[in-house]
Amino acid sequence: MMYQKICTLHDLLPELGVPALVNGEQVAIFRLKDDRVFAVSNYDPFSQANIISRGLTGNLKGFDVVASPMYKQHFVLETGACLEDEQVTLKTYAVKIDGDDVLIAA
Amino acid sequence: MRIVVIGHGMVGHRFVEVLARDAAALHLNTPLDVTVLAEENRPAYDRVQLSAYFSGKTAEDLSLVDPNFFSESGFKLHLGQAAASIDRAAKIVTTKGGEQIPYDKLVLATGSYPFVPPVKGNDREECLVYRTIEDLEAMKTSATRSKIGVVVGGGLLGLEAAKALRDLGLQTHVVEFAPRLMAVQIDDGAGKLLRSKIEALGVGVHLGKNTTEIVDGETCRHRMNFADGSHLETDMILFSAGIRPRDELARSSGLSVGARGGIEIDNDCRTSDADVYAIGECALWGGRIYGLVAPGYQMAETAAHAIVASEKKKEFAGADMSTKLKLLGVDVASIGDAHAATAGARSYTYVDEPNEIYKKLVVSADGKKLLGAVLIGDTDAYGGLLQLMLNNMDLPDNAQALILPSFDGAAAPALGADALPMSAQICSCNNVSKGDICEAVAAGNLDFDSIKSCTKAASSCGGCAALVKQVVNAELEKMGVEVKKDLCEHFAYSRQELYHLCQIGEIKSFDDLLAKHGNGQHDGCDICKPAAASILASLWNEHVLKKPLARLQDTNDYFMANLQKDGTYSVVPRMAGGEVTPDGLIACGQIAKQYGLYTKLTGGQRVDLFGARKEDLPAIWQALIEAGFETGHAYGKSLRTVKSCVGSTWCRYGMLDSVGMAIVLENRYKGLRAPHKIKMAVSGCTRECAEAQGKDIGVIATEKGWNLYVCGNGGMKPRHAELFASDLDDATLIKYIDRVLMFYVKTADRLQRTSVWRDNMEGGLDYLKDVVINDSLGLCAEFEAQMQYVADTYQCEWKTAINDPETLKRFKPFINSDQADDNVQFVEVRGQIRPATPEEKAGRINVVEMA
Ligand code: SRM
Ligand SMILES: Cc1cc2nc3c(=O)[nH]c(=O)nc-3n(C[C@H](O)[C@H](O)[C@H](O)COP(=O)(O)OP(=O)(O)OC[C@H]3O[C@@H](n4cnc5c(N)ncnc54)[C@H](O)[C@@H]3O)c2cc1C
Ligand code: SF4
Ligand code: FES
Repeated sequence: MMYQKICTLHDLLPELGVPALVNGEQVAIFRLKDDRVFAVSNYDPFSQANIISRGLTGNLKGFDVVASPMYKQHFVLETGACLEDEQVTLKTYAVKIDGDDVLIAA
Repeated sequence: MRIVVIGHGMVGHRFVEVLARDAAALHLNTPLDVTVLAEENRPAYDRVQLSAYFSGKTAEDLSLVDPNFFSESGFKLHLGQAAASIDRAAKIVTTKGGEQIPYDKLVLATGSYPFVPPVKGNDREECLVYRTIEDLEAMKTSATRSKIGVVVGGGLLGLEAAKALRDLGLQTHVVEFAPRLMAVQIDDGAGKLLRSKIEALGVGVHLGKNTTEIVDGETCRHRMNFADGSHLETDMILFSAGIRPRDELARSSGLSVGARGGIEIDNDCRTSDADVYAIGECALWGGRIYGLVAPGYQMAETAAHAIVASEKKKEFAGADMSTKLKLLGVDVASIGDAHAATAGARSYTYVDEPNEIYKKLVVSADGKKLLGAVLIGDTDAYGGLLQLMLNNMDLPDNAQALILPSFDGAAAPALGADALPMSAQICSCNNVSKGDICEAVAAGNLDFDSIKSCTKAASSCGGCAALVKQVVNAELEKMGVEVKKDLCEHFAYSRQELYHLCQIGEIKSFDDLLAKHGNGQHDGCDICKPAAASILASLWNEHVLKKPLARLQDTNDYFMANLQKDGTYSVVPRMAGGEVTPDGLIACGQIAKQYGLYTKLTGGQRVDLFGARKEDLPAIWQALIEAGFETGHAYGKSLRTVKSCVGSTWCRYGMLDSVGMAIVLENRYKGLRAPHKIKMAVSGCTRECAEAQGKDIGVIATEKGWNLYVCGNGGMKPRHAELFASDLDDATLIKYIDRVLMFYVKTADRLQRTSVWRDNMEGGLDYLKDVVINDSLGLCAEFEAQMQYVADTYQCEWKTAINDPETLKRFKPFINSDQADDNVQFVEVRGQIRPATPEEKAGRINVVEMA
């Protein structure tokens, strides 16, 4: 797997997401309170807009999730699974932290 | 068994409900064949709450009938089909339409009709009564053609009617034959106080007046001439001089009726014919007619048991006529023997003239038992006193302390829910005892709402709600259960509780709140985070984009703009009061043109610019701010707009400067964070072009000042705002709005508009008035100070944002690229942009679907 440096951990604020362009794909990168970093597709299948990175993070039923800011479905950050609709999953991207660098597999 | 019920009013419907319930429980071999004949064109509705029709309740809201009731029970309801005659020998009822319906058992629940005194001219136009929804409609129509209204009759119903007329905007008078108001329920002392309170509300009270005739008026439609030579001019007359039982069918079919009317019944609610029952206001039991719904409900229960469940009979043994009411905003209660008519009865009286409070206790000759009571102005003791009397409990040693105010520590002897026997009747409307409630709690109904729906307690007049809650809570406490009103899985508190926790604990961050009061998870969710952000913002008014707060914000608040379906945003600059200069408009136009934005006037009287890319927002705002605009908070749960009409500056009818006032209000409350959005409007006169009565806060200019309306909204469930105070000067108007809003901000639930907050408020509008106008909670100074703090610390969020490089970072299109989102595509319509549909986009761009 090829990893690509996208930004530094410093660029990410805890509990918030940012959008990134990885090989032409739009990816939403989230840093949680405990500095774990997750990357999922930025495309919201329910609204068909690229906005997942603007969602609020949190935990629900034991999962770390992001809520779509459009119609509020919750997606598990680790697997991309949607809690409201098991048919729907977001694409996920492997993340590596190297020192202060955030690398995404693409 | 064929059962025919004549009359589908409150009691008739309760009867068929009990019948259906009992029939289901008894597993009868042959199903009941039940036919209900209703004279009115709609199913049974809540007559007790009839006045609520004027404050926005609809006929559907008032309905007492579960939409599936008749289909599920198999009972038949014939609307608009009055019974015309009864053939008791053949056991057949004939309807007005000529249909013949045979019965085995017949139940008369025909209610009563309003008595109209036989005065010459009582049949003139605009001489009305108050009993049905149709009557109310007639009143409403009449009110549009009338300025002055008179209620004939100063009893309970008359005073309620007077309130309705006043709310309809009429100058209102009450004309009473007796020398005091509410002659049946209260004594002279209380009557005097009640009169002065009601007069203070601007309602004319005319006692000891015997109307002799109604003739053409000189200044109004009618003139009422009184026996003492005086007269009163009015446009509308509402008779509320008592009720008369509808016993005409009973009479014509030869059933025994009382000398002064009413169908005679025994303890089983049986008439002189063993197969015919009578219940409710048409029935005469022990020489009396009960003009209240609770005894009627008990009769319904008795009759149903007598008919289907004869082995476990519930005899009707008379009913208590104690009442607690809010009449024209005055608390009035009367319990038992209010006039001390019992032999040897003695009484204690407490009068507080400055505060207009009157309380009287009537006790037995030996001083041990409570016989009755009268309470005016402060009826807090009602529930406790009623229980003392009904359960024949011993009075405490210092009985007088029950009506004395408590000073410094010496608390009045409290009558906790625990002290009541299980047999104590808590809800008289629905005959629910403490035991019934405890049983329901034990069966797993752990909150007030489920207790209400399963026992029906507190579901009619609502007077027992406080007591029901006490009983429920006492039971829950005993069981070690906590009441559930959790915000989400992270907090076992309601928004209101969190608000207080933050305030008292001076909590200023979400992490602190989570650590101190959360359920132990490491993070919150998209419910509690924005709720906490709103609470923290209302309390401390820090910039919503300050780092620790920023991550709690929903996207609209985070980007300070409204998210649109395609991921772009709309931009709404504030145009206070809907006023905008030509230069302002030109600036908006130029900015829209430069950034290619779709431009539209909103329903809130301002300009909305749509289709802004996230990365363009700061530059757009930079330009707007330079042109003198501020954020319009269209994204926030906060003040949206204060609509205005052009008012006295231009309009030939304007009473006051509505635009000026709208701007003052908008500037005062802009930025205030609240449980939900807040909208206001100011109209310059009663023509109401700003639609103020559809707003959370509505202000209408009158000849004498401002009328303040509160708790209305449009939206999904429109609700008219209610008149809160009249003829206010500017300062008082603002003071009241400060208080109402702060009280709302502190106590409403998450995403609860003022209307829902108001509807859920125990004690309703009168309670709100008490808190805001009379400062009954002693919180007004705090409310005003907090509002002043919010106003003083206001900052335009966008102005702060564009000067903060840290904040600006979040608007970058991508963290690692300045390329624009190619999924955002527009097509042109009517010379402006709109988002392209997926079909229009197809082939043009590359969307990332699931791999
Ligand atoms: C832009 C506007 C429609 C327009 O083109 O005219 C609008 C647009 C939206 N309204 Fe509205 N409402 C707009 C006036 C109204 C009005 C009319 C008024 O204010 O006089 C009402 C009814 C009055 C009222 O609220 O009492 C109204 C009742 C609602 C409701 C229902 C609220 C309710 O309590 O039932 C919602 C949903 C909500 O807030 O939960 C809503 C929600 C929305 C949202 C925020 C929905 C959303 O989440 O995307 C819309 C996005 C606004 C945006 O992108 O700027 N909008 N909305 C109006 C903006 C007014 C302004 O200048 O700020
Ligand atoms: C404005 C107002 C406020 C009130 N406030 C209170 C209060 O706060 N507390 C309280 O306890 N009580 C209150 N009451 C009284 C309460 O509404 C009555 O006690 C209750 O409605 C009586 O119920 P009922 O079924 O006997 O009569 P109704 O509810 O009047 O029902 C009788 C029905 O029978 C129908 N009917 C009559 N004759 C025939 C026929 N021949 N064929 C078919 N149908 C027929 C009538 O059209 C009517 O629909 C109030 C009443 C009013 C009007
Ligand atoms: S009415 Fe519905 S569609 Fe129209 S602006 Fe309001 S929320 Fe949007
Ligand atoms: S006493 Fe009227 S609802 Fe309970």
